[in-house]
Amino acid sequence: MTAVATAERRFGGLGAATAGRRRVNGLVIYAISYLAFIYVPVMFLPLFSFNDSIYIAFPLKGFTFEWYHQMVNSRGLVQALQNSLKVAAIVSVLSTILGTLAAKAVTRYRMPGKAPAVGFILIPLVIPGIIVGIALLVIANVVGVPLSLYTIGIGHMLECTAFSMVVMISRLEGFDKNLEEASLDLGENAWSTFRRVTFPLAIPGLIASLLLTFTISFDEFILAFFLAGNEATLPIYIWSQLRFPTKLPSVLALGACILGVSFIVVTFAEWVRRRGVKGIQVKAVSEVPR
Amino acid sequence: MSERSIISISNVSKYFGPVRAVDGLSLEIQRGEFFSLLGPSGCGKTTLLRMLAGFEWPTKGEIFIDGQPMAAVPPHQRPVNMVFQNYAIFPHLNVRQNIAYGLRKAKLTQAETARKVNETLDMIKLSGYGLRAADELSGGERQRVALARALIKQPKVLLLDEPLGALDKKLREEMQLELRALQKTVGITFVFVTHDQEEALTMSDRVAVMSAGKVLQIDSPTQLYEAPVNQEVAGFIGNMNFFDGLVRAIKDGRATVDVGPLGEIHALVNGPHVSVGAAVTVAVRPEKITSFSAPPNTEANVVQGVLDKTAYFGDRSHLYIRIEGLEKPIAVVAHNVARELEGSGDLNRPVWLSWPAEAVVLLPSE
Amino acid sequence: MAERVAPVPAPVGKVRLGLTTRLRAVTLRSEPIRGYALLSPTLGLMILALALPIGLLITFSFWTQVYLDFDRSFTFGRYIKFFTNTEYSKFFESWYWISLALAIPLFVPAFPWKRRLGALLIVGYPAIAFYLIGLSVEKAIYPMLLWKSIKISGAVTLATVVLAYPMAYFIAFHVKKNKLIWLILITVPFWTSYLLRVFAWKIILGYNGVFNSGLMSLGLIEEPFMFLLYSQFAVVLTLAHAWAAFAILPIYVSLEKIDRSLLEAATDLGDGPVARFLRVTLPLSMPGVIAASLLVFIPTVGDYVTPNLVGGTTGIMIGNIIQSMFGKANNWPLGGASSVISMIAITALICAFLWLTKRMKRQIA
Repeated sequence: MTAVATAERRFGGLGAATAGRRRVNGLVIYAISYLAFIYVPVMFLPLFSFNDSIYIAFPLKGFTFEWYHQMVNSRGLVQALQNSLKVAAIVSVLSTILGTLAAKAVTRYRMPGKAPAVGFILIPLVIPGIIVGIALLVIANVVGVPLSLYTIGIGHMLECTAFSMVVMISRLEGFDKNLEEASLDLGENAWSTFRRVTFPLAIPGLIASLLLTFTISFDEFILAFFLAGNEATLPIYIWSQLRFPTKLPSVLALGACILGVSFIVVTFAEWVRRRGVKGIQVKAVSEVPR
Repeated sequence: MSERSIISISNVSKYFGPVRAVDGLSLEIQRGEFFSLLGPSGCGKTTLLRMLAGFEWPTKGEIFIDGQPMAAVPPHQRPVNMVFQNYAIFPHLNVRQNIAYGLRKAKLTQAETARKVNETLDMIKLSGYGLRAADELSGGERQRVALARALIKQPKVLLLDEPLGALDKKLREEMQLELRALQKTVGITFVFVTHDQEEALTMSDRVAVMSAGKVLQIDSPTQLYEAPVNQEVAGFIGNMNFFDGLVRAIKDGRATVDVGPLGEIHALVNGPHVSVGAAVTVAVRPEKITSFSAPPNTEANVVQGVLDKTAYFGDRSHLYIRIEGLEKPIAVVAHNVARELEGSGDLNRPVWLSWPAEAVVLLPSE
Repeated sequence: MAERVAPVPAPVGKVRLGLTTRLRAVTLRSEPIRGYALLSPTLGLMILALALPIGLLITFSFWTQVYLDFDRSFTFGRYIKFFTNTEYSKFFESWYWISLALAIPLFVPAFPWKRRLGALLIVGYPAIAFYLIGLSVEKAIYPMLLWKSIKISGAVTLATVVLAYPMAYFIAFHVKKNKLIWLILITVPFWTSYLLRVFAWKIILGYNGVFNSGLMSLGLIEEPFMFLLYSQFAVVLTLAHAWAAFAILPIYVSLEKIDRSLLEAATDLGDGPVARFLRVTLPLSMPGVIAASLLVFIPTVGDYVTPNLVGGTTGIMIGNIIQSMFGKANNWPLGGASSVISMIAITALICAFLWLTKRMKRQIA
């Protein structure tokens, strides 16, 4: 049987299919090793955060919560975390508003100079952050604005608004301009059209934009490094801790926590999404009289 | 502006950069009529419709709806509603919510709204579909919802932008009749944009034929078909044979036209452009020509040629007759009355064609 | 009788509109006005917080630092300083090479008819030019660092994109269900702090790090490997890891957009899998590849965190120097000049890259 099967596979019409499967298998192996490349380094953070040794090296010494304990009791860390959350929350909301307005203008109106205007807004994406940071530092210095969380926020706004506009343009282009016209045609003015049609249809894009801009701002270091005053954001706090070997394990604990939280958030979002889809389907099936 | 006009378009132009989408166009649409804008794509008919709805603004000229100037009236305050080409059904709302969308401003009670929506659902024969999601509708159903959503607003004018274009042939023909009947029932003025001449002829009271941003002719379907004003209209609506000729003589309202290879053709005088010595284009519809396999005994125009090729359509055949000295063969429609399985299609056999003087339209030469 | 189309007489009299109505009409009619009204907050932010500061930075670069203050008279001094701060003062020699290298492409149009040779030249000349520039700037510290940054970022970009492409391809074409799960799997590690991601590699590659200590405790090596940390290799590896998601996502999106019937058409017209990939899939996914390249290249050129953490002295890049000029070295005008030069170099490079990919695409087609 096996011999026949092999012969058939070798000479028969199945040749192409098997070749195809073999190629896919190669890709699967590649994909898994790539995932390993992405994950393994990051996974050392949680691993060593429970290791009962100040040195980050094999072999593992034993299990401990000591570093988590240290982390929670660090005033600086908690303060930095609060600062980062504050900045990221405000920046993500404001930049998404600006990005949405700009995207609406770009996708819905014919106007001269549109391409240059869009290019101008996207500049923060094509200039290295260090130069933007320095430029803002220089002007703050010249104008006499003290460095603070606000200056960091302004820096983040530049990059986040550009990203938000890109996300929102693709979302707004994704649904028909006629839908908004239909709403105007049916007697709703510009604002209520936005509220009743554009906004509900743009929600996936808005969520994506908020998540993206929040993450960017929360994790941003290069700009913040130049623009921070006395109050540190989390990345700046981490940077200051990396120099002291004794502080390293609690930094690892912090990294593990961030990883854990983002994993929970993403899983939760995905769960909500799936439930949402299923919920709508169930509702639709049960409510429609046939 | 006449009393009966619901829409008056006065010398309106719309330029997109260097492109003149609508070019100095004027027309009047009467209250309660089914009016079609017919033309090839890019002729400006959709731009004109969108100017009526308020989505585009005229570069020049003025639009009046029910006597009111529209120069400063935004779309949401105009007494018109539109059925979009792709229907623009709100994907996040169900059928009922879609239909009731425009009622919010009317400040109705919930019961009133529900009653109105139910009535409209009945009218478009979709009762029972109210709770369906937008993406669960077929093309025809979407079209009905779009119609209902606009009609429930009781607009003075309903604008329809090629609403049947996305439907298959059979459904389209059904909807043509239904739309026509609906328009008569509700009595609202319909302005209907289409590139399908058959559709325009079937449904409309009057049709405006457009080309390159201008109106070529506004007339009833019969007039458009039987008495087109120029070659472009004649060629766009139905098929037409054209021959160049010179008017030789006019007598008792009948003209004798010299069409070189065909000899002398008799026709009725149909306008001041027909005068002795004038160059005209002789136009004859293929279905108005009768073909014979022997010389016919008749007073009408007769020419002789040979059968060049045929095309079979079941109920009819198109014959193409080659005439010595004529560039294009003459097209003739032969109705397949008898059940004939072979013969008659022998190419190169001699054929005699005949048509009465009444069948000829004389167009200004171009 | 046909109703000849004569212009309908204009309605009685010209319609008079009030001023407010007319104003309203203008705003209603004018899409540019409404569009720019929506754009204005964003444009305002960009002008105040980007154009103005960068303009000022450029102004700064023409000043001179005098201890804690500035001499505001206009001078090209900082720019000259940037190029002449050499160990052996080989300024003129280096400029000789640079101008020679830049002049070579001028002669290319002389042979437009030799397309194949042309293709070779398109790829070859920039390579030669870069090599010569590299040779010439070797002794000038700042240009050398800029050059090194560009080389390292180029290597990082190449590595990241080449590694990411098969992954994106796999998700786009071979994952049937659960594409989103794969995309999430790929992005989750990037939700940890960038600093910590970079730091993770320091843990791994360090002298007493995970890799060395692991190998030693397994008894495979006696002495820790020295070359792992504080090298250009470490910088490239770390950055290729840190920016992986930024390469996968755009490539995935452009692959996902490809109409599958095009692939079937290519097969139908006789292309095998390889030819089909090269002639259809790859060219159509180029927008994603370009986006990915830019998304990785631009931030990495200016990065100073990674070199600082895992690069040691050999891994120092232009970003570190610029940062120090605004920090410890306290020479803002020189820092400004370095920024401006870097910005120009990067912009020129991006333009060259876009031009090249465009030309390459035309050569293939």
